[in-house]
Amino acid sequence: MDADRVHGLSETILRVEDLHKTYDGNHVLRGVSLSMLRGETKVIIGPSGTGKSTLLRCINQLSIPDRGRVWLGNKEITSKKENINCIRAEIGFVFQDFNLFTHLNALANVRLGPMKVKGMKKAEATKLAVMELERVGLADKASAYPSELSGGQQQRVSIARALAMFPQLMLFDEPTSALDPELIGEVLEVMVSLAKDGMTMLVVTHEMGFARSVSDEIIFMESGNILEQGPPGEFFTSPKEARTRAFLSKITELYGE
Amino acid sequence: MPNTLLLTIGLLAGGLALGTLIAFAQVYGCRPLRWFCRIYEQVFRGIPILVLIMIFHSGLARSFSILLPAFASALIALALRSAAYQSQIFRGAIQSVSEGQMLAARALGMTKIQAIRNVILPQAFRLAIPPWTNEFSSVLKDTSIASAISVLELFKQSGLIYTRLYVIRGAHWALIILMLVALIYLALTYVGNAALGVLENRLRIPGFEMRGKVER
Amino acid sequence: MSFLEYAWSILPQLLEATQLTLLITAGAIALGFVAGVVLALSRVYGPPPVRGIAAGYIAFFRGTPLLVQITIVYFGLPQLVQAVGLPNPSRLLSAIVGFGLNSAAYQAEYFRGAVQSIQSGQMMAARALGLSRLEAIRHVILPQALRLVIPSWSNELIYTIKYSSLAYFLTLPELMFVGKKLALKTANTFQTYMVVAAIYLIIVMIVSWFLHRLEKRVRIPGLGAPAEHR
Repeated sequence: MDADRVHGLSETILRVEDLHKTYDGNHVLRGVSLSMLRGETKVIIGPSGTGKSTLLRCINQLSIPDRGRVWLGNKEITSKKENINCIRAEIGFVFQDFNLFTHLNALANVRLGPMKVKGMKKAEATKLAVMELERVGLADKASAYPSELSGGQQQRVSIARALAMFPQLMLFDEPTSALDPELIGEVLEVMVSLAKDGMTMLVVTHEMGFARSVSDEIIFMESGNILEQGPPGEFFTSPKEARTRAFLSKITELYGE
Repeated sequence: MPNTLLLTIGLLAGGLALGTLIAFAQVYGCRPLRWFCRIYEQVFRGIPILVLIMIFHSGLARSFSILLPAFASALIALALRSAAYQSQIFRGAIQSVSEGQMLAARALGMTKIQAIRNVILPQAFRLAIPPWTNEFSSVLKDTSIASAISVLELFKQSGLIYTRLYVIRGAHWALIILMLVALIYLALTYVGNAALGVLENRLRIPGFEMRGKVER
Repeated sequence: MSFLEYAWSILPQLLEATQLTLLITAGAIALGFVAGVVLALSRVYGPPPVRGIAAGYIAFFRGTPLLVQITIVYFGLPQLVQAVGLPNPSRLLSAIVGFGLNSAAYQAEYFRGAVQSIQSGQMMAARALGLSRLEAIRHVILPQALRLVIPSWSNELIYTIKYSSLAYFLTLPELMFVGKKLALKTANTFQTYMVVAAIYLIIVMIVSWFLHRLEKRVRIPGLGAPAEHR
């Protein structure tokens, strides 16, 4: 477990302490702890059903953990005192199924958050929305409805929607798993450029190429626990645990290097 | 009460017979037949029940001197109407059975009629049960409207009881009687629905459902 | 007198009565809409006791005949209102309330169906942005549900138009009541009822057409249940 490292001016954006969660009798999270500094990108990998998504959802409280605490900056998210809606406004969440609002076009999707949660005026919010759509390369699709966009485009809009809130932390829950192979690239491109711009990102994914190139640390989870973690260089070349090695070899079989 | 039940069952039966005929005509019939069925359906679904009953009772009686007893006119009018709704249900059910079923049956060498009887019908029948249960509830409640032409069904009876009691007890009793009557209808509906539910369960085939909507 | 001549002669009275019919319908469906939405949202998002009450209301009003209900309201409302100390409601008001309470139960079910057919991901995404539950319902769920419910709602409107004829039992001078009076005055009973029936049919057709146009106008690509055929 990472202790709080004082790294010059780096601050700890996220701290997770001993999270437990049980779903339908399954003990899905068994005491997970981690922390992230500003600007770090961490990738969580592991077999399906090991609680990776649940972990992300417990962080922004879309799922309430049974035990354990979470801090965003110096605010404790899990304490009853904090207004969860304010906290969520600081955390961006990207879903596997995009979940764009079906009754709104791309532009309206992106500006809903700033307008209704942050109280921005419509004109301002619209400008902001256009900016974010440009950032993900979809300025020309501003008036398109979700059903008129490809999966990759929808996911990029959903990233723009999250970015429009100027979050401190972005959580990605298998952002490319529901996409056709040829559309994955455009989404990963956006994510890579985000990481390079200094966004603090926690990503659950199977995309090893992305993990290798942009992440500061890889976290391997299995059966609700963090089994191993380390910088990509070490992690991929000399994993310590046997199960990590087994998983990695299966992945390279399926996805290639 | 017996009248209410008799009326309900009678008209459902009549509606069933006529309804299935119409449904078949609509799905498998020739153009003019389909056209006629469509009109029938629109007309008998578009007119309020009360108007329909009046037409059959006083309308026929006074304009054409065809005198029907009250019960009969109510029965016929409501049955014709129910047929219109039921034909919709059956038509939907038949059309929900996927095309491939008919193709497969024909490919085996069955005639159209054989295919309908042995493949389409059993499936359509099961699909039709839930919306038909709806129709049953509707019909049961609509029998109360027959009271307009003095059919002695449940609602009318409550009125009679009230007028008798009014002399003895006063106006407050109206509400109590009516609530009681309401509860009786509820009970009847519940029993009927439960019975049909049992039927549905006994005939159930896993993986088989119709995308229907709740209609009045 | 030929049929058409006769029809033409009674038209003015019938049309005047039709106004009352439409008034009752409008009042009932509006009341039903407001109450229905509240009921539906209570059933989906409310705490258990509230949900139970809503469910009970809906079960009662859907399980008993409309005729019985409007009669109960017709007798009961004045007593209730008097007990509270307010002036007596007009007969029209009692009728509207009676029909409206019934309509509310059905509209609640249609609306609930619409809300529940919206994917859960929509609510999750809204909450993830930081919208409160109420805000999420208002800005994300409601706009979609209202569009999804249009076909069923149209059905309900048509139903209300037809069943407003039951106001006849409350001796309100709407279309059916006036129609019957006229019918019994002359020997042209059958023809009179034909005209009455025709008026109902025409109203229903016009309203259907309008609702169809409405549905087209608010349609959003990719949103909605498959179109319903009458």
